[in-house]
Amino acid sequence: MSAEFALEGHDLVKYFPSGSSRFLGRPTSNVRAVDGVSFSVRTGSTLGVVGESGCGKSTLARVATRLIEPTSGRVLLDGVDITRASGAELRVARRKIQMIFQDPYSSLNPRHSVGQIIGAPLQVQKISPAQGEKRRVQELMELVGLNPEHYNRYPHEFSGGQRQRIGIARALVLDPSIIVADEPVSALDVSIQAQILNLLEGLQRDLGLSYVFIAHDLSVVRHIADDVAVMYLGKIVETGPADVVYNAPAHPYTKALLSAVPVANPARRGDHERIRLTGDVPSPVDPPSGCRFRTRCWLATDLCAAQEPVLTRDASGRSVACHFPLESV
Amino acid sequence: MNLPILSVRHLCVSFTTPDGVVHAVNDVSFDVKAGQTLGIVGESGSGKSVTAGSIMRLNNSITAETSGSVVIDGVDILNCSEEQARAIRGSEVAMVFQDPLSALNPYYTVGYQIAEAYEVHHPNASKSETRKVVLDMLTKVGIPNPEKRYDEYPHQFSGGMRQRIVIAIALVNKPKILIADEPTTALDVTVQAQILDLMLELQRETNMAIILITHDLGVVAEVAQDVLVMYAGRVVEEAEVNSLFASPTHPYSWGLLGAVSSLDEHKRGQLRTISGTPPSLISIPSGCAFRPRCEFYEGEDSDCHNRVPDLRIIGGLSSSSACHLSDQQIIEIGKSKVLS
Repeated sequence: MSAEFALEGHDLVKYFPSGSSRFLGRPTSNVRAVDGVSFSVRTGSTLGVVGESGCGKSTLARVATRLIEPTSGRVLLDGVDITRASGAELRVARRKIQMIFQDPYSSLNPRHSVGQIIGAPLQVQKISPAQGEKRRVQELMELVGLNPEHYNRYPHEFSGGQRQRIGIARALVLDPSIIVADEPVSALDVSIQAQILNLLEGLQRDLGLSYVFIAHDLSVVRHIADDVAVMYLGKIVETGPADVVYNAPAHPYTKALLSAVPVANPARRGDHERIRLTGDVPSPVDPPSGCRFRTRCWLATDLCAAQEPVLTRDASGRSVACHFPLESV
Repeated sequence: MNLPILSVRHLCVSFTTPDGVVHAVNDVSFDVKAGQTLGIVGESGSGKSVTAGSIMRLNNSITAETSGSVVIDGVDILNCSEEQARAIRGSEVAMVFQDPLSALNPYYTVGYQIAEAYEVHHPNASKSETRKVVLDMLTKVGIPNPEKRYDEYPHQFSGGMRQRIVIAIALVNKPKILIADEPTTALDVTVQAQILDLMLELQRETNMAIILITHDLGVVAEVAQDVLVMYAGRVVEEAEVNSLFASPTHPYSWGLLGAVSSLDEHKRGQLRTISGTPPSLISIPSGCAFRPRCEFYEGEDSDCHNRVPDLRIIGGLSSSSACHLSDQQIIEIGKSKVLS
């Protein structure tokens, strides 16, 4: 816990081969899911990653946890490069970084009891806790708000929110320092969402965890994140302290994304500025030249097609990749 | 003169399952007027979709038992012949579903699928007339280059474009009522905004009524005039949209509004939550179904435990609430909840 950053990614790239040629079925093109992304998570804080479907946020999560191999780039965990780690070294590194998944139905094995599910990481890592595995699991169940007496029950006996608590307990059993949560509340109802968000915040406070919190719901990220990264077509277009990015977005895409969120206040209907993006996100197989957002951007010029903007940091600590960043008001 | 074009009265739907009888909808009544949008909000399992299905009489399988009445333009669709029901379905009432990919048939071109819906209700239409209607419809829902896209298949369209096709199918017969069951839940926010705009624009043009089923209070706040809040198969609050957000009148609505995280949140704090989980619809609690999660529950000897609260107008507000608290208490607590 000494390092300033719990998790860093440097120039991460992940291409998935796609299509096949007539000869030998060789891939002819690449889906550029993540295309040169750098990020850092300050120890004890939360980095929120937002973007629409297909922008590469889930691929980024999987690359950052080394669940899939990056095509290039480096991942640093607590300051230690784990990109090339393998075997025992990787297994030890994985104790520190755990994941929570979106769907609490498909991420739990229906044939295993809750005790087995939460205890599984201990078995894999061949760790036997001092107080015994069962006690350790029951402690965690209590910590996440489950009844420890339900140790022998099966996932189908729990509601969606409780299942997500099981997933959280499983992620915590190895005492990780960082948790990557990929859409952890989007499958849940609002009232349950709030319970899980409060739980995650409480755990962060009590255990000093760092989070990477991936979501498409901008208001949820607003609530939980200290820093935020906005992704579009495999790249980060804007990143910085959540307050700065949300209050005065500099990238046109961030602004459009924020203005599209329905406001739960009918009195303000029509009163907030609405930017309507036309068209759809282009294919990541063949992204537009220059700035990838230019095909949908109302400010785009010839420069945007010719030259790709690089992430540039401004005085407020925010970085934006745009040739014509919006004035902060 | 604006008489309701849809009146639902005392609608009850239950399903017999191996685990017991599921009481999905319990005594639901409401009206919808032409040109208006009614939002139905609630969590999963609150009976929103089953209510919508009943309006089209889609639940009438062997397992579902339905009582009450659903009157569309003077015809009770629950108690008429199958032929009458078929004539109403699609032409008077049409539906848009959540997932546009599974609502479309992957084996047929989108043009064919829209034409099919038209031909069912216009059996004498000529081929060229149908084609013209379909092309008009494609233009109306904002599909660029309709002549070319007519002969394409659903997989060649993006999610938002597919939802536009589904809307085209629903609207090709100019229905008076459009039921949209979570129409934007599967879509990204920027696309969601496009689709909601499209629906409102078409509503202005045709003066149809929209019933919008959603779990997203933000969407309701943006588009609906009236809102029903459902819990465990019952309407717990019925309100004009401004009234719901300014002075909600049911403890469940208070919880729901408090649990929403918002964009312009200045300080991070605990979100208010509703403790516990929604009840099983097989064994709904006696009295008020919300009582196990309600902070104002008054104990076993109270009305909360023993009597189902009726939906009643709360004095001075354009809302009705199904809660045993007095009007005075409801107004005061509602206000404090919104302010805090």
